[in-house]
Amino acid sequence: MIDLRINDQIHSVDVTPDTPLLWVLRDILGMVGTKFGCGIAECGACTVHLDGKAVRACVLPIGAVSGRSVTTIEGVGADPVGKAVQEAWIERDVVQCGYCQPGQIMAATALLKETPHPTDMQIDEALSGNICRCGTYGRIRDAVHAAAERQS
Amino acid sequence: MNAFAGKPNAARRAVLIGGGALVFSAALPLRRGRARDLGGVPETGVLVENPANAFSPNAFVRVTPSAAGEAGEIVMVMPNVEMGQGIYTQSVVLIAEELDVDPVNILLEAAPPSDVYMTAALGTEATGGSTSTMSQWDPLRQAGAAAREMLKQAAATRWGCSVDLLKTENGKVLNTKTGQSLFYGEVASEAALLTPPKDVPLRPSSEWKLIGHARHRLDSRIKVEGRCEFGIDVIKPGMKVGTVSACPVMGGRVKSMDRAAALAVPGVCDVLKIDNAVCVVADNYYAAHKGLKALFVQWDEGENAHVDTALIYQQLHDGLNDPKPLVAEKHGDAPKALAGAAKTYEAIYQQPLLAHSPMEPINCALHIRKDGADVWVSTQVPLRARDAVAEIAGLPKESVTLSSQYIGGGFGRRLEHEYVAQAAMFAKQVPYPLKIVWSREEDIQLDRYRPAYVDRVRAGLDEKGDMTSIVFDLVGPAVCARWAPAGMTKEGFDPDLAVAIAPPETPYYYKNFQENYIRRETPGVVTAWWRGVGGTRGLFVIESFMDELALLKNVDPLEWRRRLISHEHPRARGVLDLVAEKSGWGKPLPPGHGRGVCLQFVFGSYMATVATVNLEDPLNIKVVSVDSAVDCGEIVNPDQVIAQIEGGVIFGLGTALFDEITLKNGRVQESNFSTWRIIRMNEAPPVRVHLVQSHEKPGGIGECGTAAIAPAIANAIAAATGRRLRTLPLMKALHSSEGEN
Repeated sequence: MIDLRINDQIHSVDVTPDTPLLWVLRDILGMVGTKFGCGIAECGACTVHLDGKAVRACVLPIGAVSGRSVTTIEGVGADPVGKAVQEAWIERDVVQCGYCQPGQIMAATALLKETPHPTDMQIDEALSGNICRCGTYGRIRDAVHAAAERQS
Repeated sequence: MNAFAGKPNAARRAVLIGGGALVFSAALPLRRGRARDLGGVPETGVLVENPANAFSPNAFVRVTPSAAGEAGEIVMVMPNVEMGQGIYTQSVVLIAEELDVDPVNILLEAAPPSDVYMTAALGTEATGGSTSTMSQWDPLRQAGAAAREMLKQAAATRWGCSVDLLKTENGKVLNTKTGQSLFYGEVASEAALLTPPKDVPLRPSSEWKLIGHARHRLDSRIKVEGRCEFGIDVIKPGMKVGTVSACPVMGGRVKSMDRAAALAVPGVCDVLKIDNAVCVVADNYYAAHKGLKALFVQWDEGENAHVDTALIYQQLHDGLNDPKPLVAEKHGDAPKALAGAAKTYEAIYQQPLLAHSPMEPINCALHIRKDGADVWVSTQVPLRARDAVAEIAGLPKESVTLSSQYIGGGFGRRLEHEYVAQAAMFAKQVPYPLKIVWSREEDIQLDRYRPAYVDRVRAGLDEKGDMTSIVFDLVGPAVCARWAPAGMTKEGFDPDLAVAIAPPETPYYYKNFQENYIRRETPGVVTAWWRGVGGTRGLFVIESFMDELALLKNVDPLEWRRRLISHEHPRARGVLDLVAEKSGWGKPLPPGHGRGVCLQFVFGSYMATVATVNLEDPLNIKVVSVDSAVDCGEIVNPDQVIAQIEGGVIFGLGTALFDEITLKNGRVQESNFSTWRIIRMNEAPPVRVHLVQSHEKPGGIGECGTAAIAPAIANAIAAATGRRLRTLPLMKALHSSEGEN
C-alpha cells in the first residue's frame, strides 16, 4: 500500500510503484478532473502540483509521490490563487472544449504563486508546455493577467 | 461539408416541432448531475424522474409540474453536442428568448440518439460542418414560443380570463390586469393536455433580450473546476479499462500475440481480439498499457504495406493528366475562353493528409448485456454510434441507450464512429462495463485523415491582365461518398469540394468558370472530414491564386479582390474594407515583414482576414498578428463568435505551418505531440476579430477561422519575401527550394 496526500486528504492505494500518478488519480481514486492527453509529458493536460510545483502526472511514478503533497484541479480552488485563476477563466470565457483547461489552470496557478505579476513572456514560458487544441491561448494569457490583478 | 444542402430531406426538419415529438420526449432519461451543474442549481435537490404528466410540447422543452408557489424544473434538450463551440449556451439562449426564462435557471440535457434531432444539412443526427446555429435558429425559437403560448393558454383557462391579458416573464405567467402570477411548473399539467400551436410568430429582433448580447458560457464553471464529464471520464460500477492496438497498416490482421505475457502484468484481467485489433483490459489504464506492450502483437500487414507518402502525392499529381475528368460545375465556356486568351496563368497546389488529434483521445465506454446495452461516448453522431452498437451486439436499437458526453475536441474526428463499433466488438466479449481508451499514438496513427489534395488552377487573361476565365482541376478523394453517399451528385462529384471556389460559395464573379474533378481515393488510409472541411482546401487554392494574379498584374491584392467581388455579395466588400482599416493595410512595415489577405464566403458567413508575418529570419515564419472581419448575419452570442474565430485561426495556423501526416511502408510515421506538432502559446499570435452588425440569416462560424489562415499566411510570405509557397505545410515548403527564383 502506498499512502498519498491529495488535496489535504490521505489515500492509501494498492498499485505497483511505477504506476503514474495520473492513473492512480483517474482510475483508482476516481478523480477524473486531471486529464490524459499524451502520456509522455508533451501536452500538459495532466498537470498537478507536487509540493506546490507544476508537474506532469502522466510520467510521475506513484512511488515518487509518497509522503509529498499533491494538489489537483479538484482541490486547487481551496487555494486563493487557484480560486482567482478559476474565476478569471470564467470571467474571460477562456474555455471551449475545456479538456486541457484543468492542466492550464494548474500551470497558471503554480506560475502566479511563484511570480505574482508575470509578463507575457513569463506566461509563455510557464504555459508553453500546455497544448490547447481549441486555440484559447490569447484568452489564457489575458486571464492569467486578470487573476494576477485579482490577487493584488 | 454541406452534403444535403437544398435537398428534399430539409423537410425532415419539420418533424422537430409539433406533436410528433411528444411521445418521444417522455422516453428521455434525465441526467441530473450535469444539468444542475450547468444551471447553477444546487446539486441536492429532490430528483423527479421525468414524470408522465410533465409538460413536453416538443423535443426541446420540458417543464415539471410543481406545487403551488414553486417553480418546477425547466429542462432544455440540446440537439447538438457541445465540443467547445459553445452551442449549449447558444441553444439555451434561442429557446429562452421565446420562453422567457433566465438561462441560468434551466436544466440541460444532451439529446439522445433519435431522428428527431436530425440536422437536415448533414442527413443524420450530427454536429458538424458549422451548421448548428444555422439549423437551430428557427426550430429552437419556435420550440420556446410554442411552449410559452401553451403555458399562457393553460393559465388563462385556470384564471378564466383572455389569454391576451397574459404575458410571460422569468419563468412565470403574469396576469397584467390582476397582477396574479403562476410559475410555469404550476400550470405544466394543464398545458400538457393542450395541442401545440403551429407557426407561433417569432419575436422581432427589436424585442430580443438575450440574442445578440455577449453572455458567459454556461459550461465554464464545471470545466474549470474539473467536474465536466467527458466521455473519457465516465466511471460505472464494475467498469474495467481497456486500451487497444489496431493493425498500423490499413487492412492488416492480427497474426500472433503473447497472451500469457500480457496476462502476467499485474492488474491485467483480459486480452481480447478481433480481426484487425487487440484490446488489453485491466483495473486501470496504465496496467492495460503495460499489458499491451507485453502482448507483443505481430501483424499480417496485407496489401497496403507498400504505401508511402510519395506514392500518395504521385497518384494525385498523375490525376492531373487524366484525359476524362468529370466536369463538376461550370458556367460560360471556360475551356474555350482559356484557349482563346491573350495570356494564361497556371498554378498547382498541394495539401497534405492531416490528423485531428483532439485533446481528449478517442475513447468509448459501454456495457453490452443480453437484454440491451448502455453506451457513454463523446460523439458528433449519436444516432450512427447507437445503431452501430445495436448491430454489432445483435440487439434491437431501442434497447441501446447512448449518453452523449461532453466532447474534448471534435474537429470532425467524432463525425466518425468506427471507434464505437470497434469498442462494441470488444465489449460484447465481456460481461462487465468496459471503457476503452486509445493511447495518443493510437489516436494519431489510427485516425481517419483529412485528405491530401492536388489542385491545378488555370486562368485566361486579356491583354490588360484581367481574368476572363478560370478552370479548376481538382484531384482527391470524395469523403462524402463514404460518409453521406446520398450527398454525392449523380455524376459522382462530392459537393464539399466546390466549397470556397465555386458559385454560390464564393464572393467572386467569374465570367467563364469550370471545375473539373478527378477522383482519386487515397491508398492506405481512410479519409474523413476535418475542421473547415471543403473550405479549408478550397480557400488555400483560390485565395493563393487570386493573390498570384494580383501580383502578376501588379495590383494591390486587396484591391484586386474588391474588383472581382460579384454584385450579389456586397457583404464581402464590407468585410474586406473593414479588415483593411483594422489591419492597417497598406501602411509601411519593417523590412522582412509582409501582409497577406484572404477573402471568403463559406458556411454562410463572410470573412476577410489579414495576417502579418515576419521573415527577418528567412527560414522561420513568425506570424505577428491576425485580423479578421466577420459578417455572419444575426449573432446569438458575439463573444463566442469571436472565440470561435480566435480559436479557429490558431487551429488552422499551427497546421498550415507544421503539419503533414506521412506514411512509410503503410504505417503513419507521426505518433504523438513530439512528432505531430501543435501550435503552442509562445507561437500563437494575437487574433483580433472585428464583427459586422447584421440582420441577415445566421451563418456558421466554427470553421471559418481555420479555413482562412493558410492562404493569408502564404500570401503574407509572398509579400515579405517574393516566394510563392503552394505546398502545405508552409515551414516545410519554406525549407525547400519552392518559390525561389
